[in-house]
Amino acid sequence: MVAAAPRRGFAGRVLMRRPWLARLIVITALFALWEIAARGFVDPLFLSPPSQVIASLDSVFGTRGVPAALQLTLFELTVAFVLAVAIGLVLGLAIGLQPLVRRSFFPIVLLLYGMPQVTILPLFILFFGIGAASKIAFGVTHGMFPVTVTVVAGVQNLKPILLIGARSMGASRWQIFRYVIFPHMVPSFFAGMRLGMSGVLLGVLLAELYVSIAGIGYFTTLFTQNFDPTKLLGLIGVLAVMAIVLNAVVRRAEAHFARWRTE
Amino acid sequence: MVGKTGERPSRDALASRLIQACFLVSLVVVWYLAATRWGVNRLLLPNPLAVYDNLLDILQSGEFIDDLNTTLGELAVAFAISVTCGLTLGYLISRSSYWIEVFDPLFAAIYSIPIILFLPLFVLFFGLGPPSKIALGASISFFPIVINTIAGFGHVDRLLVMAARSMGASNYHLFHHVLLPAALPVILTGLRMGFTTALLSIIGSETLASLAGLGHRIVHLAEAMEMARMFAYIVFVVAIAVTLNTIVSTLEARGRRN
Repeated sequence: MVAAAPRRGFAGRVLMRRPWLARLIVITALFALWEIAARGFVDPLFLSPPSQVIASLDSVFGTRGVPAALQLTLFELTVAFVLAVAIGLVLGLAIGLQPLVRRSFFPIVLLLYGMPQVTILPLFILFFGIGAASKIAFGVTHGMFPVTVTVVAGVQNLKPILLIGARSMGASRWQIFRYVIFPHMVPSFFAGMRLGMSGVLLGVLLAELYVSIAGIGYFTTLFTQNFDPTKLLGLIGVLAVMAIVLNAVVRRAEAHFARWRTE
Repeated sequence: MVGKTGERPSRDALASRLIQACFLVSLVVVWYLAATRWGVNRLLLPNPLAVYDNLLDILQSGEFIDDLNTTLGELAVAFAISVTCGLTLGYLISRSSYWIEVFDPLFAAIYSIPIILFLPLFVLFFGLGPPSKIALGASISFFPIVINTIAGFGHVDRLLVMAARSMGASNYHLFHHVLLPAALPVILTGLRMGFTTALLSIIGSETLASLAGLGHRIVHLAEAMEMARMFAYIVFVVAIAVTLNTIVSTLEARGRRN
């Protein structure tokens, strides 16, 4: 839109050419604000300054059980993600490839996808116990629907002439899948994987925060109840960075595998 | 395989409706048989008839009203906050391509964090009552709204703006007749996403840590092992959520057309 008026002076020109520098300044300013607020205005029982949080990161990891809890949560995320993608892919292909099945079951999938699953979280605990299984199951049900929906959408966009062409040249079912359906599905499949990843993160973390005996949720509850905001912020910060990194990885993969479309 | 391309709408639509109905009916039948004949524990799977009785009882006695009011009140305040902040900030940032470049990646990165993580922090700040739910709902739904507002206002065709300007449009005219109509569809999508996530996160945070509200009621019943009543409440909450989401989607579609 309307470009900002060019500033005079060296610093202004440097900033204009490097938005990332300005972004860095914004982030630093936010942290500074937090630091000042925590040092001067807020009860230290509720908020601790970022300098202290960062300095005490090693004491967070030094707390007995925290590394194991992070590992367990990461394990739950991985298993849930793999299962969600596998189930979503199979479900998406089963629903998407036949028009009648798609018209019948796709609305049901959309309905389930739009349902607030958190209402049935207590059921998952009853069915799967308070261990890792319930977190994985809840992550899977959050992650599989976005994958299913995008796979169905990806298969739907397939031009029928490509299928007819492949079949008339004698391609087998597997060859049609490998060389026609799969390449077309890839971009939307990766978009679905990204959505599925955030779904899995949400599901696993919700279940962790609800009840946990060994995972991250156990320690967030512990630190909250002990009024230990330094450790709580450190732990949450580590998880937030983890989430950003996981997301960036899937986004990269998505961009990488969608390249052939534009070439 | 995809095969047939010829559409036979009426017959196919009927067939798929029939399949859907059969699927749902068989689901309920399997549930009924599992609960009554196959000896699945009543604590895991209550009889659907008992659930139905409980649902009727909940609706007739009106005991849901307090919880519903709590949840909807939290939702209204949270959504009002995130809409106000999201639209204002989004509009201000979208005024300059430079600020878009500065802030857009920042918001996108924060958006990829599951903000539910911060719930313990919000509970620490605001206590177990409604304020912590409002804070969580507002901060979660803020991001889709602000991102879509930036996208909507930020990518209006320059030609349109220049044409309006050269014909002497004032700031107000430019906003009302060019920017807003061009940006509205994208912004409405952001508002709808914001509403859905706000609803979800408020019910979620009530489930995790609260004193009242629909999410809290479900957890309370789960802890009391009153499964039939809990299932009834789940059905009730899901119905309300689906209704609200449908209303919002309809409003979005209507707003797009105008």
